[in-house]
Amino acid sequence: MTDTSVAAPPERAEAAKPAATREKPPGRAGWFARSALLVLCVLWLIPTIGVLVSSFRAEDLVKTTGWWTALASPLDAAQWTLQNYGDVLLAEGMANSFINSLVVAIPATIIPILMAAFAAYAFAWMDFPGRYVFFVLIVGLLVVPLQVAFIPLLQLYGDLGISRANPFLGVWLAHAGFGMPLAVYILRNYMGSLSREIIESARVDGAGHMGIFWRLIIPLSTPALAAYAIFQFLWVWNDLLVALVFLGGGENSVLTYQLSQLVGTRKTEWHLLTSGAFLTMIVPLIVFFSLQRYFVRGLTAGAVKG
Amino acid sequence: MIYKILNALIVVFVGVVGVPVLYFALNALVNRIPGRLRTWLRPYVFVGPALAMVGVFLVYPAVHTVILSFRDRFGQEWVGFSNYVDVATDASMREVVFNNILWIVFVPTLTVAIGLAVAVLADRLKTTAERVVKSVIFLPMAISFVGASTIWLFVYAYRPSGEQIGLLNAVWTLFGGEQQAWTQLSAGNLNDFLLMVIMIWLQAGFAMVLLSAAIKNVPVETLEAARIDGCNEWQIFWQVIVPQVRATILVVLTTVTIFVLKIFDVVYVMTGGNFRTDIVANRFITELLSARNFGAAAVIVVALLMVTVPVMVLNIRRFREEEATR
Repeated sequence: MTDTSVAAPPERAEAAKPAATREKPPGRAGWFARSALLVLCVLWLIPTIGVLVSSFRAEDLVKTTGWWTALASPLDAAQWTLQNYGDVLLAEGMANSFINSLVVAIPATIIPILMAAFAAYAFAWMDFPGRYVFFVLIVGLLVVPLQVAFIPLLQLYGDLGISRANPFLGVWLAHAGFGMPLAVYILRNYMGSLSREIIESARVDGAGHMGIFWRLIIPLSTPALAAYAIFQFLWVWNDLLVALVFLGGGENSVLTYQLSQLVGTRKTEWHLLTSGAFLTMIVPLIVFFSLQRYFVRGLTAGAVKG
Repeated sequence: MIYKILNALIVVFVGVVGVPVLYFALNALVNRIPGRLRTWLRPYVFVGPALAMVGVFLVYPAVHTVILSFRDRFGQEWVGFSNYVDVATDASMREVVFNNILWIVFVPTLTVAIGLAVAVLADRLKTTAERVVKSVIFLPMAISFVGASTIWLFVYAYRPSGEQIGLLNAVWTLFGGEQQAWTQLSAGNLNDFLLMVIMIWLQAGFAMVLLSAAIKNVPVETLEAARIDGCNEWQIFWQVIVPQVRATILVVLTTVTIFVLKIFDVVYVMTGGNFRTDIVANRFITELLSARNFGAAAVIVVALLMVTVPVMVLNIRRFREEEATR
């Protein structure tokens, strides 16, 4: 197995790597490689830096002068302000949305990962009729467009009264369902690659499936669980589609929704748009910088989802 | 507010404690069943709940959506193929499909080209420098499509007069151009391409990570052999590296293509589908939420589904091959 398959379990890809790992000849990059990479890095960073700088500049300055002019005199304290963040958090309701985003994302990560872990264990280490067929179904559903679910679920939630009584419940369950195929797929591939001897010896010692799963497999699967958890959390945090259809605006709106509305209604209020945009990015950026390894694994494995 | 947080805390509690308890309870129940039935039932305790979720939230809705595509806008009466006819003959739909074709042609190829370039070039840097470059290119993957769109809206920002605050207009006027409302310029589909830039900016990191892993797996002997034979670096890239990572390139191309089909956020935020930039996934949202035409929305979903089916089949076939060689 190479690491080329869609949603390749990164762990197995890595396990396959050492054989081919080579000594890296240090710094054979010529001037072309160096300057091309420098240009790309600058291009990739500048848009974000512009938003970050602008979000701390006074309103009249943001609206009349380019953000790069602030870099000419960065020590001039008069141009910097936290006012934009205050405005966007309180007057524009982003503080409420920030909490909503957390309220949506945390359960929507925990529920599917636990359920998927149980299923993944069965697919990896138990024999039962339908095992192969059901897993092929899971593989097939990996790339299914989420759009298939919305019309029937809107009707179903309406009929059951979920959309009125507890709109968050509908979103949690939807995200859990949508995330399930990928979670089962990643975790089953990881659990399946664990050593058979460990599991056999636990079985000889009299452990049942539940015991093996809970005391042996779950602790051993931490890397895969972490990678998937990070992927799913960020996916839900960054999602607009599900939030737009099932939560919409008002009291329950999440950050992405609120920002998209802000863009629509405050077209030229760049001091609010930049600070609002940066607010939605804070949590993902913290995750990115603190858990980069799991983060890259999770996001690469999950890129098929949509 | 308090109610909402409490609500979430209860769910987190139910999720962390309740879900395992559910499984343990089901398992204990199965333990009381005698003999062979017990062994037969136990695996379904493990897979049952997850399969039920997949059934309720993906399989049932998919089937139901196909049915709805043959019903009227409220999902009530059978109307045969008339939704399909309406969507196919809608003049504005032609433009939407054309735009989507542009996206599918340009975004995956440019994403792969940039990802491959970074992967190959950064491989020649020292380890720390390589890591920094890769982090910079990967960073946008963390950002939501809405956030990224806002970032780029600011790059494209336009003021009718006075100093330009958008980077693109500032550079453009610096070189003697007239300031432009870039996202509204539909001539030559220019604004479509400006929106595609956002998608490429977001996805290049993904392509880079997969391609970089593949490149590091290229046996160094093949590179050295080519070098001894007098190939220059450019020839080595095209004739030694690219053929050996072709499988990965294809996987990244299909993955990004499927992704491009499904993403509506960029168009939704940047133009709302105006100025001739609409694409299929955004049209779905318009039909579903604004027009409230379930029939037409369902037809669009069926079309999306049809395009993804070959990839599904491909994934399943590859999975079966891997299983056979396990």
